[in-house]
Amino acid sequence: MTQRKRLSNTQSSTQNREEDDDTTFTQPSTSQVQRGLEKVTPAQVDQKTAEVVQYFLVKDQKKMPVRRADIVKHVVKEYRNIYPEIMKRAAHTFDQVFGLKLVEIDAKSHTYILINKLETTDGASPINSPANPKMGLLFVILSVIFMKEGVVKENVIWNTLKKLRVDPGKKHEDFGDVKKVVTDEFVRQRYLEYVRIPHTEPVEHEFRWGQRAEIEVSKARILEFMGELHGLEPQSWSQQYREAHPASNTQPGTSSQR
Amino acid sequence: MSRQMGDSHRRFLQTMMGSGIIDQQGAKTLYQYCCETHNTQHAPDKLDDFIETINSKLQPMFMQIRKGMSEDNGQQYYALVNMAETDVTRMSSDYADNELELFGKTIELIVGSENGKASSTDILNSADMLTIKKLKKSETEHVLNRLVHDKWLNEKRGEYTLSTRCIIEMEPYIRTMYQDQVKMCHICRNMAFQCQICENPSCGIKIHNPCVARYFKGRSEPRCPACDDFWPHEIPEVRHTRSQSRR
Repeated sequence: MTQRKRLSNTQSSTQNREEDDDTTFTQPSTSQVQRGLEKVTPAQVDQKTAEVVQYFLVKDQKKMPVRRADIVKHVVKEYRNIYPEIMKRAAHTFDQVFGLKLVEIDAKSHTYILINKLETTDGASPINSPANPKMGLLFVILSVIFMKEGVVKENVIWNTLKKLRVDPGKKHEDFGDVKKVVTDEFVRQRYLEYVRIPHTEPVEHEFRWGQRAEIEVSKARILEFMGELHGLEPQSWSQQYREAHPASNTQPGTSSQR
Repeated sequence: MSRQMGDSHRRFLQTMMGSGIIDQQGAKTLYQYCCETHNTQHAPDKLDDFIETINSKLQPMFMQIRKGMSEDNGQQYYALVNMAETDVTRMSSDYADNELELFGKTIELIVGSENGKASSTDILNSADMLTIKKLKKSETEHVLNRLVHDKWLNEKRGEYTLSTRCIIEMEPYIRTMYQDQVKMCHICRNMAFQCQICENPSCGIKIHNPCVARYFKGRSEPRCPACDDFWPHEIPEVRHTRSQSRR
């Protein structure tokens, strides 16, 4: 609280407008940033960068995407004229210190997520992070969608999970409310898209990969997993194999879930 | 060794961000695992140097991997702490204001107690005095369960203690908020909650139970290290594993 409060107290009077809307924010030009930097001390820039990093890390604990409008409104505030510089430094810190990559997943609404740059290892880590069990569930769902060429009706997913003794209608020991995790949590985290199919009665939905999954999850790994499951070579699924290895030999399988 | 961070440091840090706290043995194993994964040199006795390198880069972000002792078993632990908001605001994204107030009341009860514990009854009673928004009994119990689950509190037989992570992370906050009440362990000089107290009224020093065990080990007649009065408490045995952590 100390730093944050002090900073916001000193300058809060300058900001009275409500700026929920990103349209009120125009990205400052390079020369504006230059001029802005001349008016602040390096320590102030460092402080703001640290606050932006912290803000992202808190949101990332729940894998929530962060909108530019929210960064400006809640953190950057009166330093908005040097926003690009602050973001540049934050991205550098994520890269150098945390092994994370700051990625803009929506250029229109300027929405960002953090992606892990470190590859998942074959050997299990000696320390299990608490988020792990749900990631297993996600991996299964992403696999089904990928093998069905990118889109499946929700019933297919629910039936697959039931076969694995995960009943979406019941409370699961590790996952809790399975239906909510899949259709709400994974969707908000941008791992999945859950969209209503138009003109269906009763209402039907379908699943696709979300933006985070596209960047973070390796399709090559999914194919390897399917191969092991069925005792086949990953090449057996030629269309999926081509998709997982686009230019045939460029980096098969980079990082996936944390 | 250079102070540059490599992927082994980054992987170590990422794991710490996921788990919040690990014991020393876990940290050693993780250190080795991270070095092997990224083919970097692993010197078993250099764990603290390795962590220092991470800390030098974390410092501008007001974060730190800090070491502290568990009051239950005397083992060393490493916790990733946030110094920008060492106090309760750190938790404000997870807890509502009145829930944080309840947590504050619980800390207050524990700091004010002699044995570093607060009973669930006392906490439930203090929930009636919340100024922001009252919590029902069931809600209070639910909040307490979450605080235990999130590793801020420990619970045993209806009594709550501060977790090791909480003590490491909240130390500056507790020291400022309760500077008149907080006592330091006479042996290790850290804050002491669950401890033994010298019964000489003019002395009254506190010693952590595991520090008592280590300090008095092998001494035939235990005497207070400050006033030299007889030490009247039962001397716990030095423990080596976490599994026997109940006194």
